[in-house]
Amino acid sequence: MDYVIEMLNIRKEFPGIVANDNITLQLKKGEIHALLGENGAGKSTLMNVLFGLYQPEKGEIRVKGEKVMITDPNKANELGIGMVHQHFMLVENFTVTQNIILGSEPKTKTGKIDIKKAEKEIQQLSDNYGLKVDPTAKISDISVGMQQRVEILKTLYRGADVLIFDEPTAVLTPQEIHELIEIMRSLIKEGKSIILITHKLKEIMEVCDRCTVIRKGRGIGTVNVSETNPNELASLMVGREVNFKTEKENANPKEPVLEIRNLVVKDARKVEAVKGLELDVRAGEIVGIAGVDGNGQTELIEAITGLTKSDSGSIKLRGKEIRNLSPRKVTESGLGHIPQDRHKYGLVLDYSIGENMVLQTYYKKPFSKGIVLKHNEIFDKARSLIQEFDVRTPSEYTKARALSGGNQQKAIIAREVDRSPDLLIAAQPTRGLDVGAIEFIHKKLIEERDKGKAILLVSFELDEVLDVSDRIAVMFDGKIVANVDPKETNEQELGLLMAGSNAAKVGDKA
Amino acid sequence: MTSNNKLFAILVPVISVLLGLLAGGIIMLSFGYSPIEGYAALWNGAFGDAYTIGETIRRTTPYILTGLAIAFAFRSGLFNIGAEGQVIVGWLAAVWVGLAVDAPMYIHLPLALIAAAVAGGLWGFIPGILKAKLGVHEVIVTIMMNYIALHVVNAIIRDVLTDHSTTTEHISGSASLASEWLASITYFSRVHYGFIVAILAAILMWFIIQRTTVGYELKSVGFNQHASKYAGMNVSKNIMLSMIIAGGFAGLAGAMEGLGTYGTISVMSGWTNLGFDGIAVALIGANNPFGVILAAFLFGALKEGAREMPTAAGIPTELVDIIIALIIFFVASSYIIRWALTRFKKEGK
Repeated sequence: MDYVIEMLNIRKEFPGIVANDNITLQLKKGEIHALLGENGAGKSTLMNVLFGLYQPEKGEIRVKGEKVMITDPNKANELGIGMVHQHFMLVENFTVTQNIILGSEPKTKTGKIDIKKAEKEIQQLSDNYGLKVDPTAKISDISVGMQQRVEILKTLYRGADVLIFDEPTAVLTPQEIHELIEIMRSLIKEGKSIILITHKLKEIMEVCDRCTVIRKGRGIGTVNVSETNPNELASLMVGREVNFKTEKENANPKEPVLEIRNLVVKDARKVEAVKGLELDVRAGEIVGIAGVDGNGQTELIEAITGLTKSDSGSIKLRGKEIRNLSPRKVTESGLGHIPQDRHKYGLVLDYSIGENMVLQTYYKKPFSKGIVLKHNEIFDKARSLIQEFDVRTPSEYTKARALSGGNQQKAIIAREVDRSPDLLIAAQPTRGLDVGAIEFIHKKLIEERDKGKAILLVSFELDEVLDVSDRIAVMFDGKIVANVDPKETNEQELGLLMAGSNAAKVGDKA
Repeated sequence: MTSNNKLFAILVPVISVLLGLLAGGIIMLSFGYSPIEGYAALWNGAFGDAYTIGETIRRTTPYILTGLAIAFAFRSGLFNIGAEGQVIVGWLAAVWVGLAVDAPMYIHLPLALIAAAVAGGLWGFIPGILKAKLGVHEVIVTIMMNYIALHVVNAIIRDVLTDHSTTTEHISGSASLASEWLASITYFSRVHYGFIVAILAAILMWFIIQRTTVGYELKSVGFNQHASKYAGMNVSKNIMLSMIIAGGFAGLAGAMEGLGTYGTISVMSGWTNLGFDGIAVALIGANNPFGVILAAFLFGALKEGAREMPTAAGIPTELVDIIIALIIFFVASSYIIRWALTRFKKEGK
């Protein structure tokens, strides 16, 4: 068989846990091979073994049929293995070229770095694979999608034949995902092989040839993608049947809870990001905001929640004007907020889960009396929330930092939902989570809706918006450009609307 | 896991003190002095008799308070290099009230202590408000505030409190922390009631940080300003409050000298170093109020005991300074090593 990489019966232990147990992954030359598993299943550990960051306790690695010991990442590079990390390892104020050559700089005879030569080589590589990267651009000036291509170029520049992509689409917009997929195909055409770490089934179905599934550290098996379907993959991954279509009754919307009129918000650079936006969310409905990242969604949420000052217009919550109130006043007026960036805003990572559970209520009864905190009440509350929302944590005293992404998100949702706010804003609530956690979070949002709460869902995942929302508001260039019924639309139509084209809708009606 | 961590937390500084003593011993040996004699002198200098014990406690007292001043600010993510200046203004304020006010002790003494804390707090408030409102880095401003304190206080001593003299009159007895009884049981050392103030201050810091909504906010702001803002906390207010309270602790340290040890204030040609040593005390005490007490005691004992080493063991004072620096170095670097280890462990997961 023509395998470029074989990882046979790999076992890797850490104190107290077996992260990889008897996992086998064989990569054929010229294929895109998916490595599928839930968060914490051991995907990253396995790839770190391949990349030389960890040494396995058992099993062997073969490259092109020869048994090798990969002792460190340099050795992996020599063997032609390159990794495109999920979190980019780039120096912000260096140029593309400077970043790519970092650590293996070409030198002139006098010992100066030969930046011209490097630029030329990188330009050529970029052209070969259709990456459209400008070698002289500064990292801080280019988009996230471009930065990822710089990471890809970095591995190619070092002569990689096998590229490992670690959840590459987590940070990308739908358009960028599409382009990345094209890039991966052209890499294959040029004779490279790819391992794609992901838990997104759609991507596997679209680009991969074969898929190796691991669950809780164990190798479950390898399947041909053409002979399987998303449902089978999902159940292999989580070990039970998974419901993709979130089940819900029809919405029963009542009075408006959130009324936004003619809202204008400027972003950090004093450019108008929200330009006279109008939006209503009623009790008992989920309104999904669909839009490409950067069309004012972040500014809109920050303006509603009081994190940013808005410039004009009106935001009413249950009839009360809340525009430009402090975040605390807004929260006390009945708003819950699941923030887009859970590490930056949602949690104090160095606080325990218990302390995080009272982040907005610590100064109120029963959690404090005067200025004295009541630890018993705080941790009692935390225990009950942990149980109710199935937050997997060793205890309520564990630091939030120690939890997995899914459990951190569950903790935030527990806290926000428990306050029983009239309006719940959920921004990218399932970003980076696996199907099990996504299912849980969608169910919770719908439960809240059924209790008569108003939910505003902002997501860059069209699937999610289509699946969970009762009404979709399409946001483009700082405005809501269309309101559509999720049952009567599809991704194509939404995609066009999100790109600012009104033709689709008008054409339908005509 | 937690009990294991606690054992670790105690074991690490103890081992590193021992390592520091060992390194100091090697230095003494290599220069031809007997480490046993040297350390015996150090011990006797710190705990040899009632007098030295009294003096050790006296030295420890302001270290506790400056250590708290650094640790408290650090808990909310601020690096208070200005404890030195806060000590100086606190010292001046305490002596000033001690000289100018005529009142019974139960009013006069608390008033002088409060004046010192307020003066230190004000000295902390200025960098605090500049940081909170304009984003000016507190390290720069607190360093500058140290110089301002030194020279302004010297000018006030010369031109306001005295007529071009270098030392003020002695404060009135009703504002003094000194105690004849304490002096009599310690063979006329300068130990005073200030250590009670320092320990109460440590308990106060523990209470604020661990048990109150104020401390919850301060720590939260220290860990993550974005999440604190999201949670509805006033980040600016907390930065200012933290610097004010920290400055108050340092101001009290000045009062320990002004109302306790000396009863006067003199024109200073240089730093007291109480504030700067407080940085090391806070670091070794792991920014924990009770850790700070122990670290301050270590500092106090080393500094006091070292005075005996040249006379009793013939070791030059310069070498004594090196040995003390080595002990502190090992304690401090163990903290760094452990920090590095835990980080490494985290990333390994």
